Formats: sequence, C-alpha cells, structure tokens
Amino acid sequence: MTVAILRFGGSNCDRDARAALDHLDVDAEIVWHEDGLPDDVEGVVVPGGFSYGDYLRAGAMAARSPVMAEVREAAESGVPVLGICNGAQIGSESGLTPGAFTTNRSARFQCEHVHLRVENAETPFTQAFKEGDVISLPIAHGEGRFEIADDTLATLRSEDRVLFRYCDADGNVTDAANPNGSKDNVAGVLGEQESVAVLMPHPERATLSGVAGPNGAGTDGADVLAAFE
Amino acid sequence: MTAYTATVTVRLKNGVLDPEAETTQQALERLGFELDGLRSADRFEIDLDADTPDAAADRADEMAERLLANPTIHDYEVTVAAADR
Repeated sequence: MTVAILRFGGSNCDRDARAALDHLDVDAEIVWHEDGLPDDVEGVVVPGGFSYGDYLRAGAMAARSPVMAEVREAAESGVPVLGICNGAQIGSESGLTPGAFTTNRSARFQCEHVHLRVENAETPFTQAFKEGDVISLPIAHGEGRFEIADDTLATLRSEDRVLFRYCDADGNVTDAANPNGSKDNVAGVLGEQESVAVLMPHPERATLSGVAGPNGAGTDGADVLAAFE
Repeated sequence: MTAYTATVTVRLKNGVLDPEAETTQQALERLGFELDGLRSADRFEIDLDADTPDAAADRADEMAERLLANPTIHDYEVTVAAADR
C-alpha cells in the first residue's frame, strides 16, 4: 500500500507521520500538494502543522487547494483518509467531515496528553479497540474546539460517526477532561465513509515507543495508524 | 461595468463561544474600561467591477459562502457601495 502524506506550505508533522508509518512497515511517501496524489494511492494522511500560516482560519486555504478534490475522490472510492490536527481542520474546512475546529475555550495553544474514549470500534482506525476503550494520545493545538449545530451532532451520533471523545483516565466523559471546550467532548469524527476520519490528537506522536519519554504518550497511536497496514 | 466595493462582514453565530473576544474584553477591563460585552468580526473589502450593485453583491455573497465564512460557525452580511477609487 502506498500512503500519501500531503505536504502543504506550513505542514510540520509530515515527517513524523512518515516515521510512524515507516515504523509500522507501511509504504508511505510525502507528497507536495501541487504534485497531486500518486496514481496508486491507497491511503492519505493529511498531517498537522500550520498550513498557509492559518490565514483566514486554520485549514481554510489548504482545504480549497486542488489536491483536496483528489482526496475527496479517493475517499469516495474507499481509500482510507486520516486528517490529524491541522489535517483535521483542513478536512472539516473541505467538507470531508462535518463540523468545525475553532479557537480553544482557553484561548491558548495547548500541548498535553489526553485520554480518549473509543466511540466507534468498527472503523479501520479503531479496529484494535473495543467501544469504550480508553486510549492516550498527545494534543498540540490552539484551534481544536469542535463546533457543530446541535441537530447535526444528533444526526452524527445516530449514525455512529463520532470516533473519539475526550475523557478521564477511567473513561468518564466529563467537562474537566475536555481540554478545549469541544462540543460533547468530540475529539474526532468520521466522514460519510467510516474509512474517512479526522481527529485533533496526534497518533503519529504516540507510535514509536519512548518518543515522549517514560511518562509519555505510549503507543496507542500505532493502533490508529494500523488502518494503513 | 461599474466599479464597486463589496464589504463582507463575517462574525460568529450567536451562541458560539468567542474566547478571543472574551480575552480582549478582559484586557480592556484591566486597562480600567467599563464595558458590558464585546464581539469581534472580520471585515473584507472587495473591489470588483459589475453591471449592477446586485450583481456585485451576488459575487461577494458567493465568495463568503465558498471561503470567507465557515457556515458551521459564522453568519455574514454583504453591503455594496460605488467604489471610491
């Protein structure tokens, strides 16, 4: 499988994603957005960073770049697509996934480890888990607060398209465990296909053991990225 | 064709939390100002040529729909005036 890791001006987690996928023995290459997706693409990662300097809104510019039309086509044909952090903002801005990610409730950039409750274990990104499992991943964002209209969220929930919610270490979904004020503690959602997902936390930063130190992120991210194996 | 300036004002929908505006309000209060609330908005001034003001407004409206505003969190309004250029 060849996984394309899209690089825009200002992407900065592209090499981390490459290292994580290399570690999982997944054939992956970094693709400059103007070059378009490779013909044999079998997976797409839209990585984190600050594409286009977050001008207008985080992800707004990259979402309108021509390559995202190719990503949408690939997604519709069943190719797994994962947007991480800025990639999640790009995914929601481009309409791949519902809702919007906007300024954290704290108005601060936040770097920390969070716990996530697996809400849907029937996706390529959560096949290693059971619904209700608690995993740990790092976050690093200033605009990660998930916003969505109440009725749209109700539809998403009824369609089982909420992938992860922020929770405490015991899996309780509480306001205290919500790092950024996201509506309903939503940390990641699915597109129209279960093979299309975006999330604010960084699985690629929790894939290689020891990267984040002895008290660090663990390797739950490897199980998320296993979607591309 | 006439030269117009379309002004697009994009603001958060009622009820959507605005941490930046809250922080700005707190900073003003620290400076000793008294105020009951503060809302922020983005304003885009777009110079364009069109046959009529309505045509100019329609084009600016489409720009807002497709890029300048995010319909999940934003409302916007468009006004058009003869260009001062």
